[in-house]
Amino acid sequence: MSGGARFEYLLRLGDSCLVLGHRVSEWCGHAPELEEDIALANVALDLTGQADLLLGEAARTEGRGRDADALAFLRDAWDFRNLLICERPNGDFAHTIVRQFLFDAWQVELYAALTGSGDSALAGIAGKAVKEAEYHLRHSGEWVVRLGDGTAESRTRAQAALDALWPYTGEMFETDETSAALAAAHVAPDPESLRPGWTRIVDSILGEATLTKPQAGWMQTGGFNGRHSEALGHMLATMQFLPRAYPGAKW
Amino acid sequence: MVAPEAHGNRIAQAWSVLNGVMDPEVPVLSVVDLGVVRGVHEDSGELRIDLTPTYTGCPATAAIQLDVENAIEAAGLGRPTIRIVTSPAWTTDWMSADARRRLQEYGIAPPEQPAPQGRRALFAPAPALACPRCGSMRTRRTSEFGSTACKALYACEACAEPFEHFKCI
Repeated sequence: MSGGARFEYLLRLGDSCLVLGHRVSEWCGHAPELEEDIALANVALDLTGQADLLLGEAARTEGRGRDADALAFLRDAWDFRNLLICERPNGDFAHTIVRQFLFDAWQVELYAALTGSGDSALAGIAGKAVKEAEYHLRHSGEWVVRLGDGTAESRTRAQAALDALWPYTGEMFETDETSAALAAAHVAPDPESLRPGWTRIVDSILGEATLTKPQAGWMQTGGFNGRHSEALGHMLATMQFLPRAYPGAKW
Repeated sequence: MVAPEAHGNRIAQAWSVLNGVMDPEVPVLSVVDLGVVRGVHEDSGELRIDLTPTYTGCPATAAIQLDVENAIEAAGLGRPTIRIVTSPAWTTDWMSADARRRLQEYGIAPPEQPAPQGRRALFAPAPALACPRCGSMRTRRTSEFGSTACKALYACEACAEPFEHFKCI
C-alpha cells in the first residue's frame, strides 16, 4: 500500500469529521432549547477533536511539513475529501438530526471495524472515537424516534429530511482503488462490509420512529474526488476566514 | 500504569507533584485520579510524561498539559517532555474509588463501574443514579450532554436540585 492511499483515506475520515463538526457547530446559540444547544456543541467538539487527530496523522503521512491546521484551513474545496452528506446545510432541526443519525450509524460501524486495524495509529484513534460516536448515535437515534413518532408536524419534517438525505448515504459504502488498497493491507475495512451493520441500526430506529425508509435508488457521489456542492465553498469561506486573513494568528 | 513506588526518587517525586495537579474543570480530581497520566519515565536525564486526553475534542487537554509542565518544572524536576498517547483509549474505569467518592461529595454523580462495553451501551435506558445531594434514586436525565464533554445533566425529583453526572465511557 502506498503512503498516498493512506493519506487519501485519512483525509476522507478527517474531512468528514471536520466538515460535519463545523456544520453542527453552526447551531451553537440557535438550537430549539438550551440542553440541545449544549448537546450539539458537544457533538461538534468531539467531531472536531477527531478531525484534529485524523488530519494530524494525514499530515505526518504526507510528510511535507503541513499540520492538521494547515490541512483544515489552507486547502480549497476541491482538495476536501469529505462525504457529501457532511456538507449539506443544516436546514431545520429535523434535517440536522436525521443527517447526524445516518452519519453516526456509519461512524460507529466504521470505528468499531477500525479498532482491529493493522495500522496501530488508526486503531488507537478509532478506539477512542468509537466511544464518542456511540454516544452521539444514542442522542441522534433518540431524537429521530421522538421526531418521527411525534406530532404530525415533526413527523412530516423528519420524513422530508430522510427523503432528501437518503441519496447521500451511498457514498459511505463506495469502493475505489484507495479503499481496496487499504482493505488489502488490513488497514481499513472494505466499505461495503459496513453496510449490513449500518442497515440494522437504521432499520431498527426508522421502524421505532414509524418513518418510511426511502427506496434504494440513484446515489450522489463525488466527495472522495473533490467534487462538492456549492454548500462546501460557502462553509469554508466562514470556517477558514480568520487564519487566511491573519496568517499565523494564535488564539 | 505502573505504580509510583516502583520507580526511582525523581519519578516518585514527579508522581507526587502530579497528584496535586487538578483538572481545570473538575477541581476535586487530580490528573492522576482521572487516569489522564499514563506514565512517567526518565529518558537520558529528562522526565517524559505520557498523557491521554479524556475526549478527543476536550479543550482542557491543552490546559492540563501546560499545568503539568509548569508544576513539574516548579518542583525543580526540570521541564518535562509530554507525549500524548491515544491507545488504550481513556475510560472512566481508571478512576479510583477514592476519586469517585470525592466527585460525589463535590455534587457530581460519579460514573458507573464498569463502563458499558460496545453495542450493549447503545439505546440502553439511562442508568439509575442516586442524587449526590440527598441520595434519592428518583432522578431523571435532562440532557445527555452537559457543561463539559465529560458530563451529562440530571435532575432530582426528591430534592428538586439539578446535578451533573460524570459520563461513563
